[in-house]
Amino acid sequence: MKRLARASLQSAANLVFFAVIGTAILASTFFLTHDEIVKSEKAEKLKLITQIVPLALFDNDIMQDTLSIPADPLLGTEDVTTAYRARLNDAPSAVVLEVVAPDGYSGKIALVLAVRANGELAGVRVVSHKETPGLGDYIELPKNPWIKGFDGKSREAYKDAEWKVKKDGGKFDYMAGATITPRAVVKAVNKALQYFETNRDKLFAASTPKPQKEKQK
Amino acid sequence: MSPQEFKDIFYNGVWKQNTGVVQLLGLCPILAVSSTVVNGVSLGLATALVMALSGAAISPIRNYVPNEIRIPVFILIIAVLVTVVQYLMNAYMYSLYVVLGIFIPLIVTNCIVLQRIEAFASKNPVSASALDGFTMGLGLTAVLAILGGMREIVGHGTLLSGIDLALGETTKDWVIHVIPNYHGFLLAILPPGAFIGLGCLIAGKNWLNLRKERKVRGSSAGVMPVDSGYAPSAH
Repeated sequence: MKRLARASLQSAANLVFFAVIGTAILASTFFLTHDEIVKSEKAEKLKLITQIVPLALFDNDIMQDTLSIPADPLLGTEDVTTAYRARLNDAPSAVVLEVVAPDGYSGKIALVLAVRANGELAGVRVVSHKETPGLGDYIELPKNPWIKGFDGKSREAYKDAEWKVKKDGGKFDYMAGATITPRAVVKAVNKALQYFETNRDKLFAASTPKPQKEKQK
Repeated sequence: MSPQEFKDIFYNGVWKQNTGVVQLLGLCPILAVSSTVVNGVSLGLATALVMALSGAAISPIRNYVPNEIRIPVFILIIAVLVTVVQYLMNAYMYSLYVVLGIFIPLIVTNCIVLQRIEAFASKNPVSASALDGFTMGLGLTAVLAILGGMREIVGHGTLLSGIDLALGETTKDWVIHVIPNYHGFLLAILPPGAFIGLGCLIAGKNWLNLRKERKVRGSSAGVMPVDSGYAPSAH
């Protein structure tokens, strides 16, 4: 009995020893690579942002000038998201919003879009989606320039009824065989523009990042 | 390690016991990631790196780990190494890391890694174990490259698309448009295409084996060659 107890204790000690060494290796790699990881994540985000907000449109540190936005049905978001504000000579020029189209063909489509101060779209990009490869994935650059069709559009130029794919009597292109995907994207973009209209002043408010408490409808 | 040993391990890993088309281990990443050459080769090389490292790490401690707890200890070491590789990729090859996504941490559960540790590294010296892990990984990489190439050409009509994710913006022009103005063939990109492609590869490998066997039989009549290289072979 005693021998058995000693053997299991020994095994346990052995396992603990390897666990400690493993943890030490992991911790040191984490600290060694952490800065680099944060940097590349930030660079990746900035790359995405500068794709939709032309560099000529801002001179502020867009990564720092942020605003937390509570979840909103018009944005399709279920969590607090971050809005990035672009300013030129301290005047607001555009805002970058995270938007979710909840009704894609196979689930949610995550978008990021930039709206100029005058309500015109500067650009829309798909961040992630699960649409059928080869069919519904033409919403994604560089596979297809479809998503660039939003550039310069606004709710002033198109009436509410025109914010639809052509099949439904709207103004936006689609591809035969995959209408659900663009329908979801167009709808989400239109709703995001509505959100921008109602919250415009709040979105561009002074650059002290403070989460909004109350929900605006 | 003698040159003969080196040759044996190499031949075993890349051809005779090829993980992809003979042992058929780790099918999940093979089928999921082989949609393009770049994805396939990247994950293959990451797996080869993990296998070489884990072989080298486990071989020196093989005599100190009690038999009863060897599996948890091995898994622990593999998990640590995979996470280290994951951190490094996240830091220095960010866009590729995003593409391969969940399949990097899943290398831990790829049974081929643990199988080589159990079958080889826990019984052999360090250099041989590292080489065994690496060549097994190379064999997997080769299968992923061929399968990825097949699926990419048939599915997209291109080769090496996404190379800029792995090697930087400057390599963007390396993408070869094998079939210009190709509209794509969805089946090849979806999982069934991976199954069909892998089936073709296994058939090709078996055909080569059979041909070789027939040659051997022709030269030395009466001796039945024993070839454990068929897929799927029972071990």
